[in-house]
Amino acid sequence: MYNFDVAKPTTIADAVQALKAEEAQPLSGGQTLIPTLKARLAMPSTLVSLTGIDEMKGVCMADDGRLCIGGGTTHATVMREAEAHYPGLAELAARIGDPAVRNRGTIGGSLANNDPSACYPAAALASGATIVTDTREIAADDYFQGMFETALEEGEIVTEVKFPVPNAARYEKMIQPASRFPLVASFVARFDDGVRVAITGASNDGVFRWTEAEEALSSNFSPDALSGLSLDGSNMISDLHGSGEYRAHLCAVMTKRAVAAIA
Amino acid sequence: MPKDGGIGASSKRREDIRFLTGNGKYTDDINLRGQAYVFFLRSDIAHGTLNGVDTSAAEGMDGVVRIFTAKDFEGVGGMPCGWQVTDRHGQPMQEPPHPVLASGKVRHVGEPIAAVVAETYAQARDAAEAIVLDIDELPAVVDMKEAVKDGAPKVHDELPGNLCYDWGFVEENKEAVDQAFKDAAHVTTLELVNNRLVANPMEPRVAVGDYDKSGDESTLYTTSQNPHVIRLLMGAFVLGIPEHKLRVVAPDVGGGFGTKIFHYQEEAFCTFAARALRRPVKWTSTRSEAFMSDAHGRDHVTKIELALDGDNNFTAIRTDTYANMGAYLSTFAPSVPTWLHGTLMAGNYKTPLIYVNVKAVFTNTVPVDAYRGAGRPEATYQLERLVDKAAHELGVDPVALRRQNFITEFPYATPVAVEYDTGDYVATMDKLEEMADRAGFEARRKDSEARGKLRGYGVNCYIEACGIAPSNLVGQLGARAGLYESATVRVNATGGLVVMTGSHSHGQGHETSFAQVVAEMIGIDENMVEIVHGDTAKTPMGMGTYGSRSIAVGGSAMVRATEKIINKAKKIAAHLMEASEGDIELKDGAFSVAGTDKSVAWGDVTLAAYVPHNYPLEDIEPGLEETAFYDPANFTYPSGAYACEVEVDPETGQVTIENFWAADDFGNVINPMIVTGQVHGGLAQGIGQALMENCAYDSEGQLLSASYMDYAMPRASDLPMYAVDHSCQTPCTHNPLGVKGCGEAGAIGSPPSVVNAVIDALRSGGHDVAHIDMPVSPARVWAAMHGGDAAAAKVGATGANIKPQA
Repeated sequence: MYNFDVAKPTTIADAVQALKAEEAQPLSGGQTLIPTLKARLAMPSTLVSLTGIDEMKGVCMADDGRLCIGGGTTHATVMREAEAHYPGLAELAARIGDPAVRNRGTIGGSLANNDPSACYPAAALASGATIVTDTREIAADDYFQGMFETALEEGEIVTEVKFPVPNAARYEKMIQPASRFPLVASFVARFDDGVRVAITGASNDGVFRWTEAEEALSSNFSPDALSGLSLDGSNMISDLHGSGEYRAHLCAVMTKRAVAAIA
Repeated sequence: MPKDGGIGASSKRREDIRFLTGNGKYTDDINLRGQAYVFFLRSDIAHGTLNGVDTSAAEGMDGVVRIFTAKDFEGVGGMPCGWQVTDRHGQPMQEPPHPVLASGKVRHVGEPIAAVVAETYAQARDAAEAIVLDIDELPAVVDMKEAVKDGAPKVHDELPGNLCYDWGFVEENKEAVDQAFKDAAHVTTLELVNNRLVANPMEPRVAVGDYDKSGDESTLYTTSQNPHVIRLLMGAFVLGIPEHKLRVVAPDVGGGFGTKIFHYQEEAFCTFAARALRRPVKWTSTRSEAFMSDAHGRDHVTKIELALDGDNNFTAIRTDTYANMGAYLSTFAPSVPTWLHGTLMAGNYKTPLIYVNVKAVFTNTVPVDAYRGAGRPEATYQLERLVDKAAHELGVDPVALRRQNFITEFPYATPVAVEYDTGDYVATMDKLEEMADRAGFEARRKDSEARGKLRGYGVNCYIEACGIAPSNLVGQLGARAGLYESATVRVNATGGLVVMTGSHSHGQGHETSFAQVVAEMIGIDENMVEIVHGDTAKTPMGMGTYGSRSIAVGGSAMVRATEKIINKAKKIAAHLMEASEGDIELKDGAFSVAGTDKSVAWGDVTLAAYVPHNYPLEDIEPGLEETAFYDPANFTYPSGAYACEVEVDPETGQVTIENFWAADDFGNVINPMIVTGQVHGGLAQGIGQALMENCAYDSEGQLLSASYMDYAMPRASDLPMYAVDHSCQTPCTHNPLGVKGCGEAGAIGSPPSVVNAVIDALRSGGHDVAHIDMPVSPARVWAAMHGGDAAAAKVGATGANIKPQA
């Protein structure tokens, strides 16, 4: 690591202020940023820790029926506290990383980083969640803009995520054997007005909605509805652990399995 | 009734108390007064001309003590190689210089170029970033078959063709082998890759150099499996420090697996710099550095053929292997694909004619050397995959084909220069089949199929040569060292013993099992015996621990020294009891006179040895301390039969291991619990190689699997509950304990049965797949199911043009 200062604000307003310093960077659970710093791949002047901000923590049901999760809420907390309201989401949180990761990593950190193989982006996109920041609300469909790219402006903080709760949802993932991130994972969410399917781990453009699958499932929610549907592997991640073609195949397998589990 | 102490007892590992309570003392726990820290600036390109290293900006930075480059090592020796292989034309191998710090060229990612010594580690690292390198990048070569072609980039400019040696074994048999293939009723051919691995001991390498000006003495604390070997190599060949002025200490070491056998640049550097700076210098490897500087393992590309007669008897084996040496020769690298591999190609079978060809090739990759099993896993994997393929082609049961060709009479002289002293391959196979419930397999397969899964069963045998090794023999084969072992047994006045062994324990539990042997011989409590190892100032010259040699060679030396102790103690006891020495018997810690009720306790005799008031001073010296060096008469030949049952998910290609059975013959067993633990660990590494681990480079020589984000290590959840048996015991005939060694068996014996099981599962699903290279990852299985062997081989292969994810 290079030297840096640490600020630990206790309110969102103070955090926003602290992030105005040159080369300041927000630090949430640090599950990506700390290893990056240790490898000397980032050189922030100040790390603004978001872990001391109580107003950014917690899980609750809003009056409008959406599940609201503070941006600084750990995966372990979501795993426990979302279970009664949105079990598909709680199950996803329960299978991120290992206990150490789940007790440090946060939903806001995951969504702000938008790793193309992260789990949460799939849930947010498939649920049609709203990403709340210190300045605005962003629909998930507008928020994810490519590998490690989001609609966030410099210094903007994910303070809360509002999840519409589907009638049923299921996350199926095939893990990459080394990192245990998703090699490919599919989040299927079934609402009254249709089905949304989001895929993570596969595309060079990050998380995406599989719209053909959504259409097919919206009219016939069964694994059979996906027969004959396939994705193009040519723009998918191709690495040590699998070709784009293999990932495209897994998109269909994981989606079918998710549907089968809740159909 | 299990024993509660001595040979055959499952005594709890006494060393675990300090390991599990955080009281172990590892090299990184050693911090000396005035210690400085070194950071190595390493090459981030695979191949280039090093025109200059500009340290001027870095030298003035905070905390910098001194920056070293190749210039500082002019006149200092390079890294030595401990084994010289003679090629099939009678010529010595090519042995290019291996500098401590890169000189003239960089040849692999991770090669140290400059070393910054500073007051703190962070300061050293900061300064290293200010060093300006002038490097002209050159095309790299990572694929061995490309490397030997005309016009390939030359790793060492003076070596066209990048060939270290072209070895033929047994060269005189070549024509007869070729003729046998012409005469064969059936020939089975298999091309395969033995995947490159990174050893990944839990403790990364560490070195602390120290210098005491008052006595002109250097000390190196290091994470080594063999401190005396490091002292000899570094003192005599690199730094020119006489052994009496150099001490090497390898304290608690957190796993070695072979990669801590070798003498590394960082060790030489810290010792050298401590002398130059007159202060201690410490280096602790990061995990990232370990991936690109610890010697890698395996990395063979092989074509193997089996000739059979019309009755399915094996008549000949012919192999053609390319073995990756990396950019430089690591300490014992040349021996691994030759004498530790070619001599094992007979396996468990009475094949009369064998010819092994090995081309050792330099590439722009990290040096490759011994890793748990070293050469023997490569031999076993080829042979046991090949026999399975032959059985499939011939339409016969793979176990029946093996049984038909088993060696059944011992001693057995193989056509590849070794003589197996004992073994019973029928017995281990019988035991395996009993354990594995083959009769129940079809029902288990049906159950898997009902769940949409494919189930496969794979079996293999193995033989290994351990107890390395008879010094005169390995000397003829090119070893530049003897491979005896030593022990000093020091008995204290009050009867306790300290055994100073040349073996080194880095997880094997020697402190427990060695004590069991001595306690049994004397008939005293194990807790009266202390085992000391890992310090050249304390132990006699020893060769260390690798090649499953510790109990077979080090244990034998300890037995010989203890026998000397007992013989002398009997003389003392005879004097004390006024009896004839020939009538003295030692049992349960007491000496008695045969046929009488006269007896003296062990402690009375040891006290007399050090307080010799009533003592035969005219015949023997006071004191009770003896040393023995033991040079084995032959290798030992552990063997066994393993079986694996897998389930394959045909939609994803995911393989899960449902069952794994191991029936081993280790000869006599000292501590069954420790032996079981050794087998478990070996199986985890073998299964890791078979299913998960893959060290891969891209075509530019960048290491793709440079961290745990991409290098998949097996975890507990990837492994089944093993069933392990070592009740089949044919004791070694030539060492005093009748032991064979067990450390490497699991890693040697398990990969073929895993792959055989996967192939069996795929065939049961109608997929005509002949072979999938390791690691048999989901992506490879899926590619093989849909695109055949060739498609699978491209997934994650070294030299494939894939880039690491950003």
